[in-house]
Amino acid sequence: MTQTRDDNLVCLRDVRFAYGEREILRGIDLSVRRGQVVAIMGGSGCGKTTLLRLIGGQLRASAGSVEVEGRELSDLSRDALYALRRRMGMLFQFGALFTDMSVFDNVAFPLREHTNLPADLVRDLVRLKLNAVGLRGAEALNPAELSGGMARRVALARAIALDPMLIMYDEPFAGLDPISLGVIGQLIRRLNDALGASTIMVTHDIHESLEIVDYVYFVSDGRIVAQGTPEEIRASADPFVHQFVHAEADGPVPFHYPGPPIAEVLLGGETR
Amino acid sequence: MSALPDILRSIGARTVEGIWRLGFAARFFVLVLLYSGQSFRRLHLTIRELYFSGVLSLLIILVSGLFVGLVLGLQGYETLQRFGSSDALGVLVALSLTRELGPVVAGLLFASRAGSAVTAEIGLMKTTEQLKAMDMMAVSPIARVVAPRFWGGVLSMPLLAALFTAMGIFGGWLIGVVFIGVDDGAFWSQMQAAVDFRYDVLNGVIKSVVFGIAVSLIAVFEGYDCTPTAEGVSRAITRTVVSSALAILALDFVLTSFMFRGQS
Repeated sequence: MTQTRDDNLVCLRDVRFAYGEREILRGIDLSVRRGQVVAIMGGSGCGKTTLLRLIGGQLRASAGSVEVEGRELSDLSRDALYALRRRMGMLFQFGALFTDMSVFDNVAFPLREHTNLPADLVRDLVRLKLNAVGLRGAEALNPAELSGGMARRVALARAIALDPMLIMYDEPFAGLDPISLGVIGQLIRRLNDALGASTIMVTHDIHESLEIVDYVYFVSDGRIVAQGTPEEIRASADPFVHQFVHAEADGPVPFHYPGPPIAEVLLGGETR
Repeated sequence: MSALPDILRSIGARTVEGIWRLGFAARFFVLVLLYSGQSFRRLHLTIRELYFSGVLSLLIILVSGLFVGLVLGLQGYETLQRFGSSDALGVLVALSLTRELGPVVAGLLFASRAGSAVTAEIGLMKTTEQLKAMDMMAVSPIARVVAPRFWGGVLSMPLLAALFTAMGIFGGWLIGVVFIGVDDGAFWSQMQAAVDFRYDVLNGVIKSVVFGIAVSLIAVFEGYDCTPTAEGVSRAITRTVVSSALAILALDFVLTSFMFRGQS
């Protein structure tokens, strides 16, 4: 993949991050080209969500650089970061809808906060966004009345309310039934192409993702261990990718959390 | 003996954590003040919180005020009539309420009714990532969520304390004048003569404003700072009620010692 720097909307170079003593990311190099849908995959707790938070500027890398639109995030003031975030949409794992507002008001929230559009224009825009996610008829409902899949679609409508240049998804497929899974997957692709945006999707749902993405990064133990287009991934002989694609319990990603051998634990007489 | 170092270490750790949290709360307070301008520009947010913290607390405040006044009337009359000065019942009721009971009891009720609700709401918003989502949408949660709730509390507290006091005086009058038969004219005229606007009423209002600031700050801070789990939110609510009660009583002592020195 030959890339020039201007093609890249997001560019991470040798990014490291630690929560206190616990090192989560140990030198990540990753880039997202404009217009692409990119998936970041890896087992639970491998630092995928941390990566999204770094790109959104909610966390700061302890070393390395995180650039969005060619601008280094750690150099930005709070106002500049907020200005950049207005052009990013983020879908949280469980939607994070505002529970004290209706579906309509949730989607209208970014429009009302960041624009001075007249109320009837806001109404039309909200209805267009809700129509795009297939929930035009649900505008009067409260978040508590929505199913998990619907809540995520409303959150998606809210995330794209300001026509962002970058949309980020944190586990968009977690806990969804197969139909909702397909719906969300297709929406992610269609919205990306319709808005001319770029998409970063953090997920461990490999089969759904390979259908819709342009490029995949595999993260394990805080590093990128494999990357490629869906075709390359499917054909890959890399043991990690093989374990992941074929959902094998043990392999380069160990089944057991590090600890002493079970025989030692049972026979060693260690009391708690 | 080996437990002693552990105890000392635990005391040390708790002290350090307490001081750290106090510093964090102070920085948080400054942030809330800095972002208040933004939230005042959208006044409807603060008005909405005034409704939730103030109007919805009215019932408990009015009913409690009435009962406190009724008890004050009974106890006051019982003591005063021993000295043949039951006419001074109005003075006793009014001074106790304006100086102390109004701000303090209203503050304690306000902390348990409105303060706990604010902590729970902000804590749950944090737990369900609503605050993070707002921050990612380039909307400051402190300006949009915290500051309106803080000011809603600060503005409603003195009004609630005033209503509590008024209701208490009405309760004292009801018992003293209507049921026991203290002279109506003496009840009011002695009260009017003995209660000074600046010395008694204004100082009481100042107390209620200070309590309003303390309770509201504790409530929003505990919610914002809570551990984002069900247990974390419940602990934060408990801390709000306990810390608010302690803060009100301690501040009341400090304020009283500055305000009332018997020179009137």
